[in-house]
Amino acid sequence: MSTFHLQIVTPDGEAFDGRAQKLFCRTITGDVGILPHHCDYLTALGMGEARVVMEDGSVRRAACIGGMLAVAKGEVRLVATTFEWAENIDAERAERARQKAEQKLAQKNLDAREEQLAQAKLHRALVRSHVAQDR
Amino acid sequence: MAGASMKDIKLRIKSVESTMQITKAMELVASSKLRHAKERVEKSRPYFEVLHEALTQIAYSNAEFHSPYLTQRTVKRTCYVVIAGDRGLAGGYNSNILKAVAAHADGKEFCVLPVGKRALDYYQRRNVEILTDRFAVAGDLEVSGCFSIADILAKGFLTGEFDEIYVAYTNFVSMLSQQPAVLKLLPLNYDPGAAGSGPRQLTLYEPSSEEVYDAIVPEYLAGIVYGALCESVASELGARRTAMDAASKNAGEMIDSLSLNYNRARQAAITQEITEIVAGAEQ
Repeated sequence: MSTFHLQIVTPDGEAFDGRAQKLFCRTITGDVGILPHHCDYLTALGMGEARVVMEDGSVRRAACIGGMLAVAKGEVRLVATTFEWAENIDAERAERARQKAEQKLAQKNLDAREEQLAQAKLHRALVRSHVAQDR
Repeated sequence: MAGASMKDIKLRIKSVESTMQITKAMELVASSKLRHAKERVEKSRPYFEVLHEALTQIAYSNAEFHSPYLTQRTVKRTCYVVIAGDRGLAGGYNSNILKAVAAHADGKEFCVLPVGKRALDYYQRRNVEILTDRFAVAGDLEVSGCFSIADILAKGFLTGEFDEIYVAYTNFVSMLSQQPAVLKLLPLNYDPGAAGSGPRQLTLYEPSSEEVYDAIVPEYLAGIVYGALCESVASELGARRTAMDAASKNAGEMIDSLSLNYNRARQAAITQEITEIVAGAEQ
């Protein structure tokens, strides 16, 4: 099976650099899958699970939040704000973050910004614990 | 040091010695942290370079391209993100950056988003409007903090709270030299004349080039703020290292001259004693 060069970078360093068969991730408009020989493409990432089918056919899963996905001349670059492989996710921490965010949202007297922040936190925690659960 | 007793000089030497110990320790701490700070910059660089590339590519490969982030408006209010240190004893580091901002903001109506305790204290004393004091500790600020800053800035810019955003930071030129700098964040530099010229690249944007662009801009801003922060932290440590090095050297010189005085005083005392004894024996 043909493969493509995939590079995953985050502000905390490089998460992956190598060849892959397929890449699935969530963008701001929905899930997309990238196969080899994709046309030049650029989109912004949403919050969700990303799956990479490695050269040997194994699948690695990760929580992927924010950033962008670019395909240029067959090279794929995933530039994510947060990219954590399933095995590196601290499930307990995600769970705690989820509870905290839910508690915050349960309060009535939140202003718009606080509510938005808590929503985003909850969303991130949910993505993380979802990815961590099925590993 | 005439007239100073031996005991006084000895006490002085002791106190200078303990000060020197502190300055030496601070110098060592600063140099080891500095290495870490430089690594941090290098690790994050590829991420932001890719973002920057994508933004320029989008803006220039589309002839009719509009984004609120590119619109130049008449400037009524300016916002400064001022990155300074949390502590003093770093030579001119803090005062240099604050002076640079003061010179740049001269005559403008402006508000600040201070990063670092020194910057916060400075603007609070001067009653300058402060956007938020959530980022008062520069040393603790991580990538996520920069993203919240970028979010605040992007929203403020879009709602018209301010029409221009600058970030003031200190450029780490070398171990010995750090340069304060003021960099424009928004609106983004964009030359419509250059857009649409040259071979067009056929790239598929989903959902549209504008939407992708506007989604990436806050990330890009966070990137610049983070880069500026890392540079500033490295500069602060560099400045502290140099300052502490100079302080240790001064302390060493002081100890030398005090020891000389001490020995002279000691000798004088001995000579005097001998003279007294001899004078007594002659009688």
